[in-house]
Amino acid sequence: MSALTSSTGREGRRGILPWLAVPALLFFVGFAVVPLVGVFVLSFTTWDGIGTIHPSGLTSWRAVLTDPGLPHALWVTFLVMAVSWAVQTPASILLGTFLAGRQRYRAVLSLIYFVPLLLSSAAIAVAYRALLDPNFGLGAGLGSEWLSKDWLGRPWLAFGVVVFVVSWQFVPFHSLIYQGGVQQIPHSLYEAAQLDGAGRIRQFFSITLPQLKYTIITSSTLMVIGSLTFFDLIFVLTEGGPGDATRVLALDMYKRGFQADLMGPASAIAVILVLMGLAIALLLRRLGGRDAGESQLEGA
Amino acid sequence: MTTTLTEPQPQKTLPRERGQRPGATTRRRNWLGGLAGWLWLAVVVVPLYWILITSLKARSNYYATNPLAPPTDPTLDNYELVLESDFISYFVNSVVVTVGAVVPAVAVSFMAAYAIVRGWRMRFLRVVNGMFLMGLAIPLQATAIPVYLIIIKLQLYDSLLALILPSIAFAIPLSVLILANFIRDVPKELFDSMRVDGATEWGTLWRLAAPLTRPAILTVTIFNALTIWNGFLLPLILTQSPSQRTLPLALWTFQGEYGVNVPAILAAVVLTTLPLIILYAFGRRQLLSGLTAGFSR
Repeated sequence: MSALTSSTGREGRRGILPWLAVPALLFFVGFAVVPLVGVFVLSFTTWDGIGTIHPSGLTSWRAVLTDPGLPHALWVTFLVMAVSWAVQTPASILLGTFLAGRQRYRAVLSLIYFVPLLLSSAAIAVAYRALLDPNFGLGAGLGSEWLSKDWLGRPWLAFGVVVFVVSWQFVPFHSLIYQGGVQQIPHSLYEAAQLDGAGRIRQFFSITLPQLKYTIITSSTLMVIGSLTFFDLIFVLTEGGPGDATRVLALDMYKRGFQADLMGPASAIAVILVLMGLAIALLLRRLGGRDAGESQLEGA
Repeated sequence: MTTTLTEPQPQKTLPRERGQRPGATTRRRNWLGGLAGWLWLAVVVVPLYWILITSLKARSNYYATNPLAPPTDPTLDNYELVLESDFISYFVNSVVVTVGAVVPAVAVSFMAAYAIVRGWRMRFLRVVNGMFLMGLAIPLQATAIPVYLIIIKLQLYDSLLALILPSIAFAIPLSVLILANFIRDVPKELFDSMRVDGATEWGTLWRLAAPLTRPAILTVTIFNALTIWNGFLLPLILTQSPSQRTLPLALWTFQGEYGVNVPAILAAVVLTTLPLIILYAFGRRQLLSGLTAGFSR
């Protein structure tokens, strides 16, 4: 509060400005910052979600860190993140570059591409469960041996389905980001390249891709942080199964906390998720060589 | 200047001739991109098409016919079945939560974004901005357990307000970022002339910044509405009784109740998505260009 009053004094007429940020700040502190500190505190307690909360030192952490399920959940989380990034990024860049062009039918395409983003993860998961059902789904209906696999019943198939469905849902969004990025590349660069006799493919790799650097960082950050929170889709689609094949950390947290009533260990998992998110964001920011937020503000 | 500001297109690009887009690498035909474009269209459309036609098939008919063939005699029985459940009340709940969260979320985010842009010299506002940016880097779902605890302590568990309050908080980081990016593009001279005319900061906020950044406000509104309408985790952990259910959660329970009645389940999928499709039909131009500009700077 001292920063607030001192700046009011210094700025004179602009005294109202800091107060304009206060309502947003209150919501954010109350339901994001306090919980963020809270989840750290709760990881040192024992709580069944209803009764009283008991401090229990490192018990929860010990339970989580010695659980063989943790390395597995970490591995699955990492794998979902890495594979879905590797699938979505090239596809989104390609589609985004394509959509940045001028023909009219591209506008129609981008209109349809966007529809999966309107469906809730729950709706998408419910629909794909029906679509992929080995007995009643598309494969059985078409009498296709290849399509009527037990998609969600085999570990690697289920993993593949999760990555596919995630991409189905989010590639449209990221291709939109890339479309905007491509549209901001100065046209003169391409003209110069053309004069130098660079072909289209050469232009793509020498101009488009390097110019998209910051767009790639933005999109990747959103993608990777988002992949840490793939809870609803996986929860409805596979419930983490078969076995634990698709049990990512966010799902692990829910199952330990809200199904097994072990809020302490679940909080420890949540802390790990937060740390992963921060670490990845910092890493991407370093790779990008600039602070996405700050430099945008200073460049104004 | 003011006319260009109402365009949601990126404004910081170099001046260019009309009708010519920078980066339009496609003077000649882009075969590879075109192929990928049409291929992806199929990937997107086939499941959507299947959902729609299956929802119009009679249950008995569904198992007997080619799943990709259009229904021979389309029926709305499945929709009737879904609507006869408490669909309407889930729908109303979703509307209440979405409107109840989006309106305050956008209002407080806009005020904060304005303050951050205009008061960038104040350390307090830079700290606030840094906090919101941190919110972008953290999976806020990880805070589910303390949020659950807070909601219980506030005695809001199993109420719609329990869904609204955290939804507002979760919407703030991205909203502030996008809105601040747009407010920054309002020329400083306009603010200065408002001040010379004796306008207060509050007046400038609503009479200058808000109208000029209307496309961004609309974009953020639609985007938040989309996210909150489709929210699943918060309803799952913060409500219990069917009377407080929102659509995504209801869909999940439908799936359990209807078992293998695939056409009915898919009718429910269509019904829960329909409001967004309608919203999209009206706001798509705005949404697409706003998102393109908002995220790609």
